[in-house]
Amino acid sequence: MPSATVNATRMELTRLKGRLKTAVRGHKLLKDKRDELMKQFLEVIQENRALRRRVEEGLNRAHGSFTVASALMSPEALEQALLYPKQSVELEMTFRNIMSVNVPVYHFETKGSEGGDIYPYGFATTSCEVDGAVEALSSVFQDMLKLAQVEKASQLLAEEIEKTRRRVNALEYVMIPRMQESIKYISMKLEENERNNIIRLMKVKDMLLAEAIEEKRQHDQEAVRQAAT
Amino acid sequence: MYKIAVVGDRDSVLGFQALGLSVFPTETVEQARQTVNQLAKEDYAILYLTEQLGQQLADLLARYQSQVTPAIILIPGKEGSLGIGMKNITSAVERAVGADIL
Repeated sequence: MPSATVNATRMELTRLKGRLKTAVRGHKLLKDKRDELMKQFLEVIQENRALRRRVEEGLNRAHGSFTVASALMSPEALEQALLYPKQSVELEMTFRNIMSVNVPVYHFETKGSEGGDIYPYGFATTSCEVDGAVEALSSVFQDMLKLAQVEKASQLLAEEIEKTRRRVNALEYVMIPRMQESIKYISMKLEENERNNIIRLMKVKDMLLAEAIEEKRQHDQEAVRQAAT
Repeated sequence: MYKIAVVGDRDSVLGFQALGLSVFPTETVEQARQTVNQLAKEDYAILYLTEQLGQQLADLLARYQSQVTPAIILIPGKEGSLGIGMKNITSAVERAVGADIL
């Protein structure tokens, strides 16, 4: 049912028709956008799953080694060994545009000593389990960065898809039917007015005709009476 | 230039120090919340948070989910994986598609 505020005028009808056209085109475009986003999203999600599985596995291994190491060494010694890192990580962030969603892309650079190893401590005072743990961590770190990138992308995409989906549905199930309803209502109302007008004209014509006939008859009777006398 | 932070209990995050990441050991949930909020204001692009803490900071995660920085990524702590990270992926799918299709 169209709302009571709809003005049944020709101008309103033209305006509504224009809006409906725009809405239909917008609906089609948004639907295309949603489909493409969905395609991209599914790819990202697959990658996300695989990476997360790998990272969790790697981290669990590293944590296992650390647990053993911390059992073999005093906590102070362990902390001391790891306190001063040999390498530092610098992160650069650029953006990739997926269907107007800006998704971060990370590039990182490790700056370290030329020696090539990553162990920031001497081997004399530490347990070899620490080596294993650090090794495991550094090997999983590459995947962790990638995971961050992919996971953020999937979060942002999910949000955009949700938004687009809502818009598509709002247009499809609310806006467009409502406008069509209004247009139908107005055009019916206008036709009704038209018919009203025609009937009114016909009535007026009838009345005028009746009056004219009456006048004519009186005129005739007058003439007959005059002729009789 | 952006930085990477790791937030979690001491034993879980200590190792990341050796890789040259910024490590923020936190013991309580409140402390973690403050740390994350603080780091989000600074130029940290990636924030790794242990699942054990993330479990209790769901509102915080939801807040930063729609922002480009920081990307808060859950990692298993030393007690092992709780499966929250995987569950989040599934919930992202559900959010986007309206149903779990995978």
